[in-house]
Amino acid sequence: MTTTSIRMPRRIFPTTVVKHPVLFGIVRHTLLVCLLVVLLYPLLWMVAASFRPNNEIFNGLGLFTGNFTLDNYVNGWGAGQLGFSQYFLNSFLVTALSIVGNLISCSLTAYAFARLEFPFKRTLFAILLGTMLLPYHVTLVPQYILFNELDWINTYLPLVVPKFLGTEAFFIFLMVQFIRTLPRELDESARLDGAGHFGIFARIIMPLALPAIGTTAMFTFIASWNDFLGPLLYVNRADLQTVPLALQTFLDSTGENAFGELFAMSTLSLAPIVGFFIVSQRLLIEGIATTGMK
Amino acid sequence: MTERLAPGIMADAPGRRWSRGTKNAAKRREAGVAALFLTPWMLGLVLLTLGPMLYSLYLAFTDYDLLSPPRWVGLDNFTAMASDPRFLASAGVTFAYVAVSVPLLLVISMLVALLLNTKMRFLTGYRALFYLPSLLGASVAIAALWRQVFGDEGLLNAALAIFGIEHGSWVGDPSTALGTIVVLSVWAFGSTMIIFLAGLRQVPSELYEAAAVDGAGRIRRFFSITVPMLTPLIFFNALMGTINAFQAFTGAYVISGGTGGPVNSTLFYTLYLYQRGFAQLDMGYASAMAWLLVLVLAVFTALFFWSARYWVFYGDK
Repeated sequence: MTTTSIRMPRRIFPTTVVKHPVLFGIVRHTLLVCLLVVLLYPLLWMVAASFRPNNEIFNGLGLFTGNFTLDNYVNGWGAGQLGFSQYFLNSFLVTALSIVGNLISCSLTAYAFARLEFPFKRTLFAILLGTMLLPYHVTLVPQYILFNELDWINTYLPLVVPKFLGTEAFFIFLMVQFIRTLPRELDESARLDGAGHFGIFARIIMPLALPAIGTTAMFTFIASWNDFLGPLLYVNRADLQTVPLALQTFLDSTGENAFGELFAMSTLSLAPIVGFFIVSQRLLIEGIATTGMK
Repeated sequence: MTERLAPGIMADAPGRRWSRGTKNAAKRREAGVAALFLTPWMLGLVLLTLGPMLYSLYLAFTDYDLLSPPRWVGLDNFTAMASDPRFLASAGVTFAYVAVSVPLLLVISMLVALLLNTKMRFLTGYRALFYLPSLLGASVAIAALWRQVFGDEGLLNAALAIFGIEHGSWVGDPSTALGTIVVLSVWAFGSTMIIFLAGLRQVPSELYEAAAVDGAGRIRRFFSITVPMLTPLIFFNALMGTINAFQAFTGAYVISGGTGGPVNSTLFYTLYLYQRGFAQLDMGYASAMAWLLVLVLAVFTALFFWSARYWVFYGDK
């Protein structure tokens, strides 16, 4: 019954309100497609250009002009001091460690806020929310000084350790909200079976919180993969560069004459995100819609 | 769902107030367990957030170059800003960027959300494709692409040439360079749009029906029903958009090659902070700038929350 009462108006709405539903539909689809073409054309063009010889890159607007070549990929892959295979490995390493760190620290913290009672809980939760709004620049300089004192420059520790210490308050908040929707009766029955808090956390809450964990993992992946400022500050050595940093150096050192290689490597650098997105777009979009994560 | 996103979150803090009177063993044990669960976060909070904040507050009143110890200079860093043309340029660029990009982002994402808000063919496909740019927008690869699109022989000029319009490099022209970064940020409107779309789905269709029966037209219904019902999300998107825009960095860095040029036209606040702190090792000045940014953001956030009572509408309150 409830489904019909929700669906009915939706069906009535277009017919009673729109005088020419078919025409309206055509106009709407046309508008949307035009907008998408404008929006996505630069991306398509970049992919197409990455398969073009360098002297034909600037042959105007078309996608398929001139000759097809893989040279840009071959030359680009070997660009820089160590080549992009190294940069991609570095990026994957930093990203994987960031994901693991965020998942561990954020889920532990979220469990405490969602399920446990302790002194100053409300105050601490308010502080947690406050850190979400804090511009990261205010900690940037002292953190740099700290990591410099610790001799962590030119290691991945400054990029990864903060993730293990729950500095991404947003994900904690997201998981708190999610865990609070899980019925407490499950905890109770686990407790009757003799489980302690770690047992309840690991065996009951975490498996049920998989959607929140998945959302956190994906957004951490994208943010770490795209992160530019972190590596820019902390990684100067060529063999430690991540992909964004390598692309930037590439852009600076080669200028306009190696656009083909730049586009080839740019395309490759976006590929994991796009691939990930194709696999998980539903979960990602639901995540955005319900949490406001951007 | 909307109350989860919007200003009510502070009132939404979980749990009840800890009562001092109940000091039984079970409670204390639970607090002990909580301490274990909270250890990583607390360490991070003290060592990487609160501690650094206090330290940068101290540094803001010093002259510090990493090599010799910080030297107390009082308000010198702040007074120096007032006569620092690059600082003033960066503040101007950033305010202009926020003022133009945030409203544009809101309007465009709202319009596209409205277009997508009915049962229609290919809905999930549209949603996914419009959302894609927001995943890529923060990457160096896209910023590098942007340099080409708005460059001398770039895509935009190739498109304009069809209409016989000639224009030099857009990123190289001080009057248009900032505009290209605005376009880059608006290009990634998808995530904002998804939030609006989710909100539109929550508007009870009975409202539209009733209004239609009363003879309200399309435009009237939009302004009398849709907009008021969406105000919590407009509030959320405007606030987050503003906070994010004040902190924009990568696009400006890559497009200007780290310089903020041409003629400081893309010298974002954060880019100048980076230059002073990490290129010139002027850590005191950079810290002062960081704290000024905190103050400005606090003022903006307070203004948002204060104004919310006049224009944000909660159906249930």
